[in-house]
Amino acid sequence: MLDVVVAIGCVTFVMMFVLNLGGLLTWVERKQSAIMQDRIGANRASILGFRVMGLFHPLADAIKMLTKEDFRPARADRLLFGLAPFVSVFFALVAFASIPFGDTLRIGDREFPLQAVTLNVGVLYVFAMLSLGVYGVMMAGWSSANNYALLGAQRAAALMITAEIAIGASIVGVIMVHGSLNMQDIVRGQGRLLAGWLPAWGILTQPLGFILFLTAGIAATKRIPFDMPEGESEIIGYFVEYSGMKFGMFAMADFLETVVIAGMTTALFLGGWQVPWLLADGVHFPWGTTVALPHLVVVGLQVGAFAVKVCVMIFVMMLVRWTLPRFRYDQAMRLGWLGLFPLSILNIVLTGAVLLLIGGQAS
Amino acid sequence: MRFGQRFYLIEAVQGVLLTAGHFFRNMRAHVARALGSRTARGAVTVQYPEERRPYSPRLRSLHRLVRREDGSPRCVACMMCETVCPARCIYIVATEHPNPEIEKVPERFDIDLGKCVFCGYCVEACPEDAIRMDTGILEFSSYSRRGMIYTKEMLLSLEPVGPDGRPTSPVPIPASRTV
Repeated sequence: MLDVVVAIGCVTFVMMFVLNLGGLLTWVERKQSAIMQDRIGANRASILGFRVMGLFHPLADAIKMLTKEDFRPARADRLLFGLAPFVSVFFALVAFASIPFGDTLRIGDREFPLQAVTLNVGVLYVFAMLSLGVYGVMMAGWSSANNYALLGAQRAAALMITAEIAIGASIVGVIMVHGSLNMQDIVRGQGRLLAGWLPAWGILTQPLGFILFLTAGIAATKRIPFDMPEGESEIIGYFVEYSGMKFGMFAMADFLETVVIAGMTTALFLGGWQVPWLLADGVHFPWGTTVALPHLVVVGLQVGAFAVKVCVMIFVMMLVRWTLPRFRYDQAMRLGWLGLFPLSILNIVLTGAVLLLIGGQAS
Repeated sequence: MRFGQRFYLIEAVQGVLLTAGHFFRNMRAHVARALGSRTARGAVTVQYPEERRPYSPRLRSLHRLVRREDGSPRCVACMMCETVCPARCIYIVATEHPNPEIEKVPERFDIDLGKCVFCGYCVEACPEDAIRMDTGILEFSSYSRRGMIYTKEMLLSLEPVGPDGRPTSPVPIPASRTV
């Protein structure tokens, strides 16, 4: 009984976290870009005169999308055209499941890991789901019976392969350091201290891997600077024939993928739910002071730290999105195959050499 | 290109630092404003319908017909403005003035603002200084072409812009305007 309750709680938390954050990202995108560009941003939507910094705009968007005409081209494939946005959103949603958002929760004498699904191959699972996400895009592009949409879908497929290979190769270094594919093990491994005081987060043990993973991860979200599948100014892209909420779902899938990549980066490179020097029984400062904390406070701090880190990563990704111009198609391919991929191979070799020098895997 | 530019990462980081600098500087101003500071400004934009920038005194805005002391138009219907108008948007019908000192007076003086290009030639051509473009009114859009035609009475009722650069008279609504 308790198992079921905790499992439902974890799944609900992950679903609510990802969905709400994804919905909020439309507001974050508007406001953050505005403040970066010395503007104020959307602030006109009001309920009874309350504007609350434009927070009602996502709501107004949803109402608009839901009440718009749901157009389907006459020659479009009926089944696939309707299915494509759901496939896109579904795989973006489930990808977060194996990312741990906290250490174990102790209730009585039972211990529950705080993640929606405990998988020994958690890292591979997230990749698999992210890669499957491109099927929705390709279905949309092919079934629209529109050449621009098909072109966008082809670009999306090429970009996804480029990004996935770079992502996969760039985290092999992380897996070598921790000797596990289980995300919970990887996050636990980052709780060690380097030189007695520095937390061994992936960004310190794998700096090159972090940069490669972040670049490839941004490419995997199909957002600017890697938005050739859309290319608003030239081909509109795979969703050119979509309208109403189906179009909204494609936009939402992009935001959900942003959350997933931010969660991935947090778990693999920013120590996941680790708070520096916080162990299961309290804070152990490197100068010897110890502050004991009750179990629930520790769990709360860990979950809070995870949420804060994810938000910081999303902020960074938004910053990149609103700073860099779009790559041309061949530039993105060149960057992926001649830049990211060889560098991630180099990262694997370097990691292996260092691990050999300091004597075996560090976990 | 230098190696650093070809490498792109350094350039990208520099760009991100620039935009991040703008973000945090503006964010600090927004927070200071929320906490009660009157001088902090986090954006350079003007919230248009509520906030307005003062217009330049040279601005050519909605026309007005200057009145004599008795309230009749100063215009003597010489047709100079109608002739010089490159958009041909002025339509004048002249009539006799009751005062024998004054030769003529316009019976009708219509300006079709849908055609007007706001060149200001009518103001320059007028020998009597009877038409000016100094009302400071810019918002006279309409849903129909007929609603853009302004008659003599409406143009006579307008006042010049105030010393603060804001219009002093309300925007006249043509009777023919449908919405």
